[in-house]
Amino acid sequence: MRSVVNATVVEAIPPRLAVRQGVGGVVVVEIAGDWLGRKNLPDVGPVTKELEDGSVHALEFAAHELGRWDSVLMARILAIYDLCAKANVEFRAKTLPDGLAQLIALAEAVPEKKDAAREDSKKTFLHRVGDSSLDAWNGAGAMLGFVGESVLALLQMLRGRAQFRWSDTLLVIQQCGPEALGIVALINLLIGLILAFVGATELSQFGASIFTADLVAIATVREMACIMTGIIMCGRTGAAFAAQLGTMKVNHEIEAFQTFGISPFEFLVLPRLLALILMMPLLCLFADLISIAGGFLISTLMLDITPALYLHRAVAAISLVSFLLGIFKGAFFGVLVALAGCLRGMQCGTNAAAVGEATTSAVVTGITWIIASDGLFAVICNVLNI
Amino acid sequence: MKPTTDCKIEIRNLTMAYGSFVVMRDINVKIRRGEIFIIMGGSGCGKSTLLRHMIGLKQPAQGDVYYDGAAFWQSDEEARTEKLRSFGVLFQSGALWSSLTLAENIELVLGEYTEFPPAELRGIARLKLALVGLKGFEDYYPAEISGGMAKRAGLARALALDPDVLFFDEPSAGLDPISSRNLDNLILELRDTLGATFVIVTHELASIFTIGDTSVFLDPNTRTMRARGNPRELLKTSADPAVQEFLTRGELSAKANTVNPISARAP
Repeated sequence: MRSVVNATVVEAIPPRLAVRQGVGGVVVVEIAGDWLGRKNLPDVGPVTKELEDGSVHALEFAAHELGRWDSVLMARILAIYDLCAKANVEFRAKTLPDGLAQLIALAEAVPEKKDAAREDSKKTFLHRVGDSSLDAWNGAGAMLGFVGESVLALLQMLRGRAQFRWSDTLLVIQQCGPEALGIVALINLLIGLILAFVGATELSQFGASIFTADLVAIATVREMACIMTGIIMCGRTGAAFAAQLGTMKVNHEIEAFQTFGISPFEFLVLPRLLALILMMPLLCLFADLISIAGGFLISTLMLDITPALYLHRAVAAISLVSFLLGIFKGAFFGVLVALAGCLRGMQCGTNAAAVGEATTSAVVTGITWIIASDGLFAVICNVLNI
Repeated sequence: MKPTTDCKIEIRNLTMAYGSFVVMRDINVKIRRGEIFIIMGGSGCGKSTLLRHMIGLKQPAQGDVYYDGAAFWQSDEEARTEKLRSFGVLFQSGALWSSLTLAENIELVLGEYTEFPPAELRGIARLKLALVGLKGFEDYYPAEISGGMAKRAGLARALALDPDVLFFDEPSAGLDPISSRNLDNLILELRDTLGATFVIVTHELASIFTIGDTSVFLDPNTRTMRARGNPRELLKTSADPAVQEFLTRGELSAKANTVNPISARAP
């Protein structure tokens, strides 16, 4: 019993790698001991030094005292093999123990593919600036191309010649219309509450808390409802579009459309674009109502404004132009969300990580476009005095 | 009526490249009507890329593919789309549209190009699925069936428009030996009954010898085709060691290696 225990915990012999000169320009590499530790293993430095002087023409191994070993020793021997190849020295693999020799033969069986190695990633600063400028330029081109294609697809549809199915469109409409009502209601109710709170605390200092109704109504109808709905739809539906199309790309489903001569643009992008163009104005209208209802709650419960007075002021504050502007912006943001989602989905690479990137990128692109274009709308309205 | 031996597909001086990285150059092949043409070669040598050039998914860097004597890539997009309708493509994973049932996958393709009423479409879809042994699976979604079934359903979809030319990307990859054999038999039957021409990317030796009429061997080291012809003839007559090694599963060099594992390779 004792001897068995002793055998399993036997002390490891420290690994050793030494180089000595053999006869007639032959270098002998001695490897000995147990090469199992993970730390402080000898490196191939002595071999490198020995091969440097150039008078060596062959390399042999003396491995009689070699104990147990694993891949670390293999890696050392492969390194020596490469050194020999570089210094044009004969590598006498037969002097290695059988197992090692066969593994080395296996590792060297397929020659290294020289041009398959990645380019050196150390690029100069200017090189990187140039690369990213070119990327940005190409990206902008691709984006314009995508917008152009979608306009063409819409025209095809108006002429009744687009290859797409209304059943798909109805399904997407259901997903991005009715199914989004809950989240749109929740967020816009909270926005209405927050606007009313801001109004209540600030305006009551002037004794003008009655104008809370005006504040909530105008801010909601002109800006908040369409922006908040746009951002919700971007995170909810734009991301879903990118993930759906990206996964189809990974599965080669988009290529399958192409090989059947069916335009993936008309078949996949068009229904999504249409669905959002149709649903966003309705969602915006819904958001208007909910947000004003949120203001109504705060005003009547906290500010002693009677329900009738609140409603009267709110309705009076909304001009038709403001209302239509909000609804129009909603539809426009719908187009942006659909384009951002589909663009990033169609540009997706062919692996799982690429789908994640496409989804992230779709949301970032969509939100950026929405906020930037809203700023543009604000400037235009200011100039036109509406 | 043209004679049955005429040239259906011709690849002339085709160069494949990703950016400035040339994958293969100077590929010249002629495929006759009704032949089963095999594209073979080791992993990563550009077999699937060659297929993508042939089915309009990737434009060649140089050269062109001729179908019935007409250049494919030099023609305009409309003509290319028209040509695509006479093709059937089976992707490696089947690439079924995952939001549609198997029958809908086939009906969609049929519906795009025919004026049949819905009941008729359903009937044809059932027939195509029955042809590949998937009767009764019409209302299953692609996620609900096994990989081998998805591949067969993909084949049924590829057959939807009664194509002239069928392209298969690794049809037997991931199939058990018996399913793989059945697929080979199905391909032979389809060739005999439809008279279609087949282009098949594969490195399954059993399939290559069973069904291949003609073939091309792509070699990643020399970056061009090393051999072409009937694979069984190539096995007998080719003197090229790379081709022999591929077609014999490397038996020759394996024998050499067991005698003397490394000295032949020592620097």
